[in-house]
Amino acid sequence: MSNEASAQQLSYIENQASDARVNIELETEGMTLNLGPQHPATHGTLRIIVRLDGEQVVSAEPVMGYMHRGYEKLTEVRTYPQVTTLVNRIDWLGSFANEVPFILAAERLMEVEAPARAQWIRTALFELSRIANVVLFLGDMAVQLGATTPVFYAFRDREFVLNQIESVTGGRFHPNFDRIGGIKDDLPKGWIQETKDVLVRINSFCEEMEDLVVGNEIFQTRTRGIGIIPADTGLAYGLSGANIRSSGVDWDLRRDGGVGLIHDQLDWKVWTHPDGDSFARYWVRLQEVRESCKMVGQILDGIPSGPIMAKVPRIIKVPPGEAYVETENPLGIMGYYVISKGDLVPYRVKIRSASFNNVSITPWVLKGVYVPDVISILASLYFILGDIDR
Amino acid sequence: MSSPDTNAEEIVEESIEPQEELVTDEKREAFIGSITQDLGSGFVDSHIDPETDVWVRVTQEAWLETAKILFEKHGMNFFSFLSAIDWKPSPFGREMDSAIDDLDDEVIVETEMEWGIAGGEKRFQLLARVHNPSTHMGVNLKADLEGDFPEVDTWTPVYPGANWHEREVKEMFGISFKNHPNMVNLYLPTEFEGHPLRKDFPLLSRRAKPWPGIVDVELMPGEGDDEAEELGEET
Repeated sequence: MSNEASAQQLSYIENQASDARVNIELETEGMTLNLGPQHPATHGTLRIIVRLDGEQVVSAEPVMGYMHRGYEKLTEVRTYPQVTTLVNRIDWLGSFANEVPFILAAERLMEVEAPARAQWIRTALFELSRIANVVLFLGDMAVQLGATTPVFYAFRDREFVLNQIESVTGGRFHPNFDRIGGIKDDLPKGWIQETKDVLVRINSFCEEMEDLVVGNEIFQTRTRGIGIIPADTGLAYGLSGANIRSSGVDWDLRRDGGVGLIHDQLDWKVWTHPDGDSFARYWVRLQEVRESCKMVGQILDGIPSGPIMAKVPRIIKVPPGEAYVETENPLGIMGYYVISKGDLVPYRVKIRSASFNNVSITPWVLKGVYVPDVISILASLYFILGDIDR
Repeated sequence: MSSPDTNAEEIVEESIEPQEELVTDEKREAFIGSITQDLGSGFVDSHIDPETDVWVRVTQEAWLETAKILFEKHGMNFFSFLSAIDWKPSPFGREMDSAIDDLDDEVIVETEMEWGIAGGEKRFQLLARVHNPSTHMGVNLKADLEGDFPEVDTWTPVYPGANWHEREVKEMFGISFKNHPNMVNLYLPTEFEGHPLRKDFPLLSRRAKPWPGIVDVELMPGEGDDEAEELGEET
């Protein structure tokens, strides 16, 4: 071997060694990736600081507050009827459902009960907002995993549901329709038939999603076994709604402790899934849209006649007391702890929103997963930023 | 349901009469009895709203112990929320929280504290709720806190979900939590001064703009005068 060649070899080995050193340094240092604040997977402006080791997540820390609007403080200077305008904007995809628990809490304090017809219409709108909300999720989850078509179907079919909500309440997104003691208006003419047609559409949308997304091999490989949340951990973090039902916990407030709404008079089923992974969360939500369609169908057939408002004073003063009312909202359990001192305004309102607890599990569940799975898990946990930041 | 009018009303009437009122009451009373025994001197007060809800007030020292007992003995493994209440009325008087926006009048400042369900003694109270997802019973917990910047044990060893809630309480009320893993602001910028959900934190928009509700309480023409008197406002 000539001298020249051995020198070449030596320099090659040296280069390799220095590369290896660099590699080791890169590995030990890791990398910090800023997910958001404007990533489409975040439904608003959530920033997640992800520390990576290669492709694996070492730690993830969500940063909130980009959309904090201080509703708990604002409710202290609004009269009870005005609060519904604020709380409409918490989960903006299913706004009507936000109003219901607050109104129910105020009704409990005032010892008022809405007439039967109002309760039935309330439940119908409650379920329609769930459909509008979750239908968007069904398409959106797919688009975040790279399939663009389902989201267009979702937006198209959601619009029909929003039209129905709008024709009753006058608002597509922010109905502000629920009142203490009943609802603002009666149903418009022809609404029942139109809604039945929409339900048929939504059912066929669910069929489409079942074929396009759930049956899709790529979707399955990207969601099955990804982001598994055991039931115990989920409960201790306060996960609720479809997120906890897909971990095998058979608990739905519509069936197990419903107040003020009439779900217990309808024939429907609570779906659970034993796996607790991203796929289960998608699948459970898909079934829930079908159940909601079933419920709305039954409500439309059975709405009783009668008044839509109970007798309440024109100027609403709520007697002193405290009440906590929670309902099963599209995103999970939403509750209001209302403290009244007998004034026109609440003394304090604690808003227990579903997404806040649902997202608080992300540092735990994202630990050790791969970067592409971060998106799949975040999308399947399904949160709305307004519902986190309030 | 071919004739909605009659059938549905019958169903409603059936459901109004609850048959198991006594049973659920017993359930909650038994729960109170059991937790009183377990907590001993840590237990202060309780309140049962028949068939709906239950409140338990404990001492500041027993706060973490209560969580452990509820989690282990009563299966309350669902963490709902943790927050706080500031019982001291706003020093800015009624202009801050009343519907009548009459700034010319002398500001009436209420200083006396009145507590809600299960009583109270101190300005700050912790408020939390946990739930048993199999028996479907939830419990509201309260604890009086000593001082203006109180400190209390964190719940995170029992309920990891309390982590963010406690961070929120810290920045909004100025209540800190011992042994909390990450006690930094959740929503507010690090350099933010004050604790917004305290009653003595002024809501500036409220002071700069007239009360938005003033439009809402205007009387319809020909409506009774008694309501106007009640409000002390002529339109």
